[in-house]
Amino acid sequence: MAAAGRRDAPEAPDFGILKRLARDQLIYLLEQLPGKKDLFIEADLMSPLDRIANVSILKQHEVDKLYKVETRPAPSASDQFCFLVRPRIRTMRYIADIVNADKMSGRSRKYKIIFSPQKFYACEMVLEEEGVFGDVTCDEWSFYLLPLDEDIISMELPEFFRDYFLPAQSSRGPAGGRSPLDQLCRSSPAAAELPVRPFWQSLRDRQMCQDTDYVTALCSQVVYEGLVDDTFRIKCGSVDFGPDVTSSDKSIKVLLNAQDKVFSQIRNEHFSSVFGFLSQKSRNLQAQYDRRRGMDIKQMKNFVSQELKGLKQEHRLLSLHIGACESIMKKKTKQDFQEMIKAEHSLLEGFDIRESTSFIEEHIDRQVSPIESLRLMCLLSITENGLVPKDYRSLKTQYLQSYGPEHLLTFHNLKRIGLLTEQAAGETLTAVESRVSKLVTDRAAGKITDAFNSLARKSNFRAISKKLGLIPRLDGEYDLKMPRDMAYVFSGAYVPLSCKIIEQVLERRGWQGLEEVLRLLNGHEFSVSDSTAEDGAAAEAQRVVLAVFLGGCTFSEIAALRFLGKERGCKFIFLTTAITNSARVMEAMSEARA
Amino acid sequence: MSRARADEEEYWHSSKFRAFTFDDEDDELSQLKESKQAVNSLRDIVDDDDDDLERVSWSGEPVGSISWSIKETVSSSASSLEGRDSSLQKGSSSYAAFPKQVSSYSLSSLFRGRNKLPSFQSLSDALSDTGVKNYAPELRRPKAEYKDYSNDWSPKDTVRRMQRGKVCSLERFRSLQDKLVLLDEAVAGHDGNVITAVLIFLKRTLRREILFRELEVRQVALCHLIHFLKETGEQKLLLDLLRFLDRTEEVALSQYREHLNIQDVEKRREFLKGCIGLPFSAEDTSHIQDHYTLLERQIIIEANDRHLEMSGQSEIFRKYPRKASILNMPLVTTLFYSCFYHYTEAEGTFSSPTNLKKTFKIPDKQYVLTALAARAKLRAWGDVDALFTTKNWLGYTKKKAPIGFHRVVEILQRNNAPVQVLQEYVCLVEDVETRLSLATKYKCHDVVIETYKDLKDRIQLTAYKCKVERGSAEEEKINSILNNMQIRWKN
Repeated sequence: MAAAGRRDAPEAPDFGILKRLARDQLIYLLEQLPGKKDLFIEADLMSPLDRIANVSILKQHEVDKLYKVETRPAPSASDQFCFLVRPRIRTMRYIADIVNADKMSGRSRKYKIIFSPQKFYACEMVLEEEGVFGDVTCDEWSFYLLPLDEDIISMELPEFFRDYFLPAQSSRGPAGGRSPLDQLCRSSPAAAELPVRPFWQSLRDRQMCQDTDYVTALCSQVVYEGLVDDTFRIKCGSVDFGPDVTSSDKSIKVLLNAQDKVFSQIRNEHFSSVFGFLSQKSRNLQAQYDRRRGMDIKQMKNFVSQELKGLKQEHRLLSLHIGACESIMKKKTKQDFQEMIKAEHSLLEGFDIRESTSFIEEHIDRQVSPIESLRLMCLLSITENGLVPKDYRSLKTQYLQSYGPEHLLTFHNLKRIGLLTEQAAGETLTAVESRVSKLVTDRAAGKITDAFNSLARKSNFRAISKKLGLIPRLDGEYDLKMPRDMAYVFSGAYVPLSCKIIEQVLERRGWQGLEEVLRLLNGHEFSVSDSTAEDGAAAEAQRVVLAVFLGGCTFSEIAALRFLGKERGCKFIFLTTAITNSARVMEAMSEARA
Repeated sequence: MSRARADEEEYWHSSKFRAFTFDDEDDELSQLKESKQAVNSLRDIVDDDDDDLERVSWSGEPVGSISWSIKETVSSSASSLEGRDSSLQKGSSSYAAFPKQVSSYSLSSLFRGRNKLPSFQSLSDALSDTGVKNYAPELRRPKAEYKDYSNDWSPKDTVRRMQRGKVCSLERFRSLQDKLVLLDEAVAGHDGNVITAVLIFLKRTLRREILFRELEVRQVALCHLIHFLKETGEQKLLLDLLRFLDRTEEVALSQYREHLNIQDVEKRREFLKGCIGLPFSAEDTSHIQDHYTLLERQIIIEANDRHLEMSGQSEIFRKYPRKASILNMPLVTTLFYSCFYHYTEAEGTFSSPTNLKKTFKIPDKQYVLTALAARAKLRAWGDVDALFTTKNWLGYTKKKAPIGFHRVVEILQRNNAPVQVLQEYVCLVEDVETRLSLATKYKCHDVVIETYKDLKDRIQLTAYKCKVERGSAEEEKINSILNNMQIRWKN
């Protein structure tokens, strides 16, 4: 690492404008239906919408009542209905049912559908089939990019992962199958109107597909923000802290971002360092409060008017995060977290496979958690290039017995995507490969071919991690408080592959020398888009790096790259289809009980 | 080999990953507790401003999040609808704008702070001030611009126009060749939306055999059609397509998936019966068979037990009323249930644990874990004992378990087993270190004392003296061991 001449990272551009553009467009669309109206909002648009608008803005534009799509519509007196939805077929049916019911009862209303981020032809087809085509008007709200924080922009398309990577389903993301990056640069008016446009162009893009590195998403997260996400689920940058955290009888919704002065200092830290920090902070706070003891009236007045407010706020944040830490500790201790981490680390290292396998088995037998069990099995499969057939069968049987037979479908999904496979007995990989490529005649259509190839994907985990040194070998203790490399995000056990590759590419100023790695990664994962000449100006521009994650990225990866950025004096901007973690990946593959 | 082992040992014994443990007795947690105390002690000084945590109300001016108010509308409308829609819990959390100064993103601060932040002069302000309704309709792009009246675009241009979201009539593509060229253009455009639009057109205008035949050599388009059919729920056409493609396993899975939508258990059971014959792999066929058998059993058990419970004759049901029906539960849950309510039944009955074990070939390990959990929950320590006791051919009894005894201890402890019971199993834990730590944790003094004695560790034993009560039998025991001249202490 270039320790000498460490430079400060440049500031991130202000992405707030993306929010304002989205809001203004929404308002414009709402005004297309003048007068009072009821607004029906799709469930997964609610959190993103909360980030950019609020009820009073909607009210100002004559939205009367708000409903969630999918709930039975209440008998409403409103003459106008507006639907803010994702372009999904079942949502179209829901709307059509409402319109048709009104028609039957002779009620006449105006209906408007606002599709976000775009309208699909298939949706219009459904409206036509249901006989409501002329009765509703349609519009598009091109809300593609939501800034979650100073350096994170999310497309909030969690479904992208399943739709894009579960082969034989389709290559069609909700964004219509175009790469999100294309979307970003071409079809999103929001991006096109950005004043930061030149900035986009000067960036070197790194497209990371999540199916390259499942390992990162499968490991337990141990940096604070990751743990909070794993434990409480961060939704659109905000989290619901329940009564166990707030030590009161109510839940509190908290925004977690760089504005939170306590959170911003601990979010990227390994969990073990967080305690020390919090206790130091609380001691300082105590000291500052104590100061008021010796004060005279005037000083006191000053104290109250100038400092008290800040202190109070800090106090509130501190007690929240301490509460969160406690709650995390309680939950993790109950779950044998220590043992689980140990099992994960031995899987990464390739030691004690038998022992880890029986740990997983016991985990399943005790019905600890369907998602966690599945996650550990996948980790075993990826690191070992598939399970030995005997183990696969026995684990699968026990899983079905513990968590329900319908998970048979889950196992098929996981197999198809290459997350949980059986080591082929007898049939060599090349045989599978040639069969697949025979199947795939349409080579030109790159993406789906890639997806198809994952059928035959050897995970190559060992070879890659050796080649890139993803598992640091070192003597003695890994000092988590003074991390030496990005591996700290997994307690020194693993460097996220995506982060390592980014580091290498930045170091080498290109992909030279990484051909072997690319081959192991099946080459086509990366769009190599840095044809630009490497002159001085470009090097300067490279101090802001856009990392694009397709299929989602984890807070651990974000923490690792922020660490790298600090080391190298550059600023990473994260653009992702969604923030993800192991539970979300597993749930996307899981066939839920109806 | 041994070399690798040694490395491995060293690796795990090196302190690399021990720097931090998720153990409740760790220093770190006490540190956390301290800071919590410190912060809590300040609470009375700062807690005077609850008014900052504004409640959000729909009609009131302080405004809240959109998700919140949707819940409100739902719950208020639900109450008018005889309180239906229980799936949406009403305002379980108070969405307080917290902490409002922290973030300029906070909705309420956006609203409140508008005056302070002139940069927020957005379109919304401007619009609401000038009565936009009058000119808004004119702002709209003329409708005609969307429409495309000219019908002679080339396939390429058609696809390009469609990609831009324009309405294009596809009716002029009538010959098969034209249709296919159009499809290939759409695929080349990498836009799933357009590909699907063309597929809808082809599906409408081509006989399905011809459509299938052409798609077989166009995998991308095929994937889109399969996805589309799944989304729209055209199950019959989907199955025909999969059959045509000879994807028999997918046909089977796709049919099996349908059972998830069948609510009625009898119908579901019938449906599952039909699934057994589907072309699954041999392994999966047996899983499907098991699924069917399980549901069949559950229906019988449920009917019997509901009757038993209602009649109030069975003590166990009176003492521990059932919380939920056993229908559609996983096998292990069913086993737990049967170990809980039907433990002593003869093997002949459908609800007996042994019958379940035999029918579904439940491995010993799984069985013991589940039975243990169930009996421990009932505090039936005698049953627990019997679960692990085996007799050898000489008639001696011995305790054996297919799972580690440390697990047994853990499960017992979680069910608040008394020390006497715990002790019996703690001393069976093979690994000395684990045994010691468990015994110390759960205060099984005798086990600790005996273990130190066996280890001939005088120092530890002496140190342990302060952990037992003064004047207790345990203390006496320690003293007598320490005074025993025959023991050769190692230290």
